[in-house]
Amino acid sequence: MAPVSTERDLRLDLFRGLALWLIFLDHIPSNAVSWITIRNYGFSDATEIFVFISGYTAAFVYGRAMRQHGFIVASARVLKRAWQIYVAHVFLLAIYLAEIAYVANSFDNPLYTEEMGVLDFLKNPDVTILQALLLKFKPVNMDILPLYILLLVWFPPMLWLLLRAPSIALLASATLYALMWLFEWNIPAYPSGTWLFNPFAWQLLFVFGAWCALGGAQNLSRWIHSRVVVGLAIAYLIFAFAIAMTWYFPRLAVYVPKFVGDAIYPIDKTNLDVLRILHFLALAVITVAFVPRDWPALKSRFFWPAIVCGQHSLETFCMGVFLSFAGHFVFTEVSNRVLTQVFVSFLGIAIMVGVAALISWYRHAERQGGGPRPPAAKPGYAGGDA
Amino acid sequence: MLALLLLGSGPTRAEQPPAECRVAENLLESSFRLPQVTRAIEAKHLNVLVVGAGSSQLPGSNSSGTASNAGGNAYPARLQHALAQQLPDVEVKVTTDVKAKRTAAEMVKALPSALSASKPALLVWQTGTVDAMLAVDPDQFSQALDKGISIAHSAGADVVLINAQYSPRTESMIALGTYAEDMRWVALQHEVPLFDRFSIMKLWGELGTFDLYSATKKLDIAERVHDCIGRLLADLVVTAAKPEEPSVNGSR
Repeated sequence: MAPVSTERDLRLDLFRGLALWLIFLDHIPSNAVSWITIRNYGFSDATEIFVFISGYTAAFVYGRAMRQHGFIVASARVLKRAWQIYVAHVFLLAIYLAEIAYVANSFDNPLYTEEMGVLDFLKNPDVTILQALLLKFKPVNMDILPLYILLLVWFPPMLWLLLRAPSIALLASATLYALMWLFEWNIPAYPSGTWLFNPFAWQLLFVFGAWCALGGAQNLSRWIHSRVVVGLAIAYLIFAFAIAMTWYFPRLAVYVPKFVGDAIYPIDKTNLDVLRILHFLALAVITVAFVPRDWPALKSRFFWPAIVCGQHSLETFCMGVFLSFAGHFVFTEVSNRVLTQVFVSFLGIAIMVGVAALISWYRHAERQGGGPRPPAAKPGYAGGDA
Repeated sequence: MLALLLLGSGPTRAEQPPAECRVAENLLESSFRLPQVTRAIEAKHLNVLVVGAGSSQLPGSNSSGTASNAGGNAYPARLQHALAQQLPDVEVKVTTDVKAKRTAAEMVKALPSALSASKPALLVWQTGTVDAMLAVDPDQFSQALDKGISIAHSAGADVVLINAQYSPRTESMIALGTYAEDMRWVALQHEVPLFDRFSIMKLWGELGTFDLYSATKKLDIAERVHDCIGRLLADLVVTAAKPEEPSVNGSR
């Protein structure tokens, strides 16, 4: 099955860029601006968007490589990408350690004696750093990259299968998801517990994205555009919105019938609850229905900032994690007034856009200048990023 | 809003609590009742057991015993004080089983003996922080909560859950979210009130009631925070224990 179109779908870049912004906003603790992010209005959040689109672009970029240069070359490129992400993760870890070591030395409020115990691991860095390099110890908000690394390492055989028998590959992925729920598979973490984003669960969304990229979306398009499906999607989003409101206004909770509560809670993020998948799918259906692929506005200046971020997702993501640390640092050390929070949020996004634009310019310059090696892919295919 | 809250507190109260911490009344709403406490108040004898970890004590306070003996200024002692004021003709006794660094599961293990020792009408159970710090499996955390509530109920005690403190400086290091949500959900399922300490303290931080970012090493802010928690907790207990339809403004 060949990819149906070689024209790049800017919607992917746009929504991945937006997802990266939302992840940044959500990662700054106590950020008033994070009220605008989608996790507050339904079951799923930006993570689903990010993982799905990452799967989509990975299949798009490496699927072509596998078809043109074979399994070995494509796999090598996927693994190289995984290594890059690992290095980025370790770099962020170093920044994180610097931040908390500072907090540990400067903060000693008796109200928070218990909470400061979280810094005890600094007392035995031998164990902690080793566990971090093994991806078992993952500080707060640093769970997505390890998930991404694992999904990529495991991707080559999956891609091979997807190119030959897409339906079987998707079925295999769904089976793995089901078995995960049945046997409660997950990967152990340090010091206790398991991975916050269970790879056995989240692979489903990644593979589904890949499946869509390799022609699945085309097969589904008749369904996606049917009025019934769009209607169901809207109804589901309204339902999720109503439930989400009861989280913020406990007074409304009494209107949720007990059987509904029993049926839906807890909505499990670690294991990618079915309700979350459905919520993401509903959002995707609405998006595809109302934002056509050839929408002229996609090429306008207005959407360019988000699109350029989406095209350089790894760099933008890492920048976002770093900036969320920095933003929190500003809140604690300088000011946590709402005005500061708004300022920090917008400044952070502006920096993310600036960095993405700079990388874009670099790539362009390297191509123009006929650098040491010829460009590997056509200009700008998903920014060359998967 | 502040004025409204001031009007709400009846003039019969012997000592007006500082209004500054009563900014979160909507966060104290609970549709669940505390029937054992109602009975205990009618019998003029109310025993409360506070089980908790490090954020239920202040430096220098003893770990367990009678609240008034153990660290006079941590919230369990303030709770006893506030309850005694609100229920002048009831004999109120708050005992504590508080040790730092305990997970919910560890507290559950100690629960039966603590319950049989003090025979409380109410178990106030503070937990969640240590579980979040150790990233305990959320399922196991929920199961521990289930078990603890069942043990308390079968020992004839009502339960009020208290979630983690809002701690802005360590927010980027402790992921409280899942555990706070689990507590909210378990409380709903078992129909027990949740004292949402996290949201209340967060609101205090936002309104500037307390400077929770402060790097002070002194105890004064901590003591005032605990005093307020004790008072609000007493409000919640007394409201949820009212026998008839709950009146909004304290006409006691």
